Amino acid sequence: MAYSDKVIDHYNNPRNIGSLDKNNPRVGTGIVGAPECGDVMKLQIQVDDDGCIVDAKFKTFGCGSAIASSSLATEWIKGKTLDEALEIKNTDIVRELALPPVKIHCSVLAEDAIRAAIQDLKRKQANAPATAGAQVARG
Amino acid sequence: MKSLIYLDNNATTPVDPRVLEAMLPYFREKFGNAASRTHQFGWEAEKAVDLAREQVAALINASAKEIIWTSGATESNNIAVKGVAQMYKDKGRHIITQVTEHKAVLDPAKYLETQGFEVTFLPVDRTGRVDVNQFREAIRADTILVSIMMANNEIGTIQPIAEIGAVCKEKGVIFHTDATQAFGKVPIDVKAMGIDLLSCSGHKVYGPKGVGALYVRRKGPRVRCEPILHGGGHERGMRSGTLNVPGIVGFGKAAEIAGQEMQAESARQARLRDRLWAGLSEHLDEIYRNGHTVHCLPNTLNVSFAYVEGEALMMGFSNIAVSSGSACTSASLEPSYVLKALEVADELAHSSIRFSLGRFNTAAEIEQTIDQVAATVRRLREMSPLYEMAKEGVDIKGVDWSRI
Repeated sequence: MAYSDKVIDHYNNPRNIGSLDKNNPRVGTGIVGAPECGDVMKLQIQVDDDGCIVDAKFKTFGCGSAIASSSLATEWIKGKTLDEALEIKNTDIVRELALPPVKIHCSVLAEDAIRAAIQDLKRKQANAPATAGAQVARG
Repeated sequence: MKSLIYLDNNATTPVDPRVLEAMLPYFREKFGNAASRTHQFGWEAEKAVDLAREQVAALINASAKEIIWTSGATESNNIAVKGVAQMYKDKGRHIITQVTEHKAVLDPAKYLETQGFEVTFLPVDRTGRVDVNQFREAIRADTILVSIMMANNEIGTIQPIAEIGAVCKEKGVIFHTDATQAFGKVPIDVKAMGIDLLSCSGHKVYGPKGVGALYVRRKGPRVRCEPILHGGGHERGMRSGTLNVPGIVGFGKAAEIAGQEMQAESARQARLRDRLWAGLSEHLDEIYRNGHTVHCLPNTLNVSFAYVEGEALMMGFSNIAVSSGSACTSASLEPSYVLKALEVADELAHSSIRFSLGRFNTAAEIEQTIDQVAATVRRLREMSPLYEMAKEGVDIKGVDWSRI
């Protein structure tokens, strides 16, 4: 199977590889997939006082298309609000990377990873002690 | 641009130039039909086919008359499994095979299950070998056929064929072996090993594609198969159809060369294979060899690189041709059934690469492979969340992946 140039580019030059401090109250972490299925994505976001995503990082165990999907996802969500980030659909990723049908699950996983990271952040902020919560809310 | 390195010789091999030379006249001036008994063209073709029969037979210590030409090992396996079952079904309807067979044996066996036969699929141990005692116990009064491969294509594990053959002789059961991968790589003696039918293929031994052979024992016992293809009664009635003369000539020549060079060449490839494993082990931690380390084809090395996925790995060294037990491209997302049978964990099956060496590989290519594979594994581990978790001391097997 031949890969699209965009998949190869993301594979060779992945954007935003790495990790953010998962204990930071402004960081949300999403881990999706399972090792026995051959794909695990970890996607992290960091928001500023306005709830805007200022940084995103990923690490992925998976094929080239899974790596490219998560790399693209981090690139797209940076600078977006949480609501805007939630609008990204797996089909957008499929189109951008020209993924073949057998690789659609990679894009689904990337969308799930974005949602999981946002959910984690929201849960953290809801559970945060008043002062920390206030700090975020004060913006 | 890095040069291309071919390490997928268990999938197919290039045609040896000596083989091609031998074949060429049979496309041009010696184009006759081997079944034409009335003129020079036919006689010449028949003579060439008979020589090839002797060349293939010699490599397995059979007689030329016991070789049936086919289109490849898939057809040979089909004739052996389905043909024997149909021929001897009045004697019994039980067949024994094992779980890591090639699909060309498993699928005919599963087909026979739909036709009123009962099939026992023996398990294998963690190295991929069948237990001979367990095999002996599986034989019943109505067992008519045993089909156990000589060597596995994915992991290279060699089965205890002589022991299995001896049990079959003792019990009077017909014994077929798919020797597609072993043929030309390790010594085979159908008499000493008690083999009644044996499948092999041209393109795995530097011959052309589209030609294979089935050895069918003629005495002690005389084995018979119902044909799958009817029409003309060629090949002792077991396989009708005009013979692929150039292909057969090429297969014969390839078998002859394999016989002459096997000893030195298998030793050379085993050294290169062992160097590949040693080199990878020097550079990388948490890599695991799949299959048997001793009872193994000299050219095959199957390795799981923990925390990285096989297809992503292959993408990282795209100038090196290998294959993977990962199933990322298949719709099922199921990794290799062979590695599963060895109880290799699914995530390690997804991380597996098969390196299969061949006649034309050099020591320099192996060194380059070690460097490139090690560099790619390191790079991908740096971006693997599993590697990160493992380094943090998280027990990955203990994680409930449905709940994170």
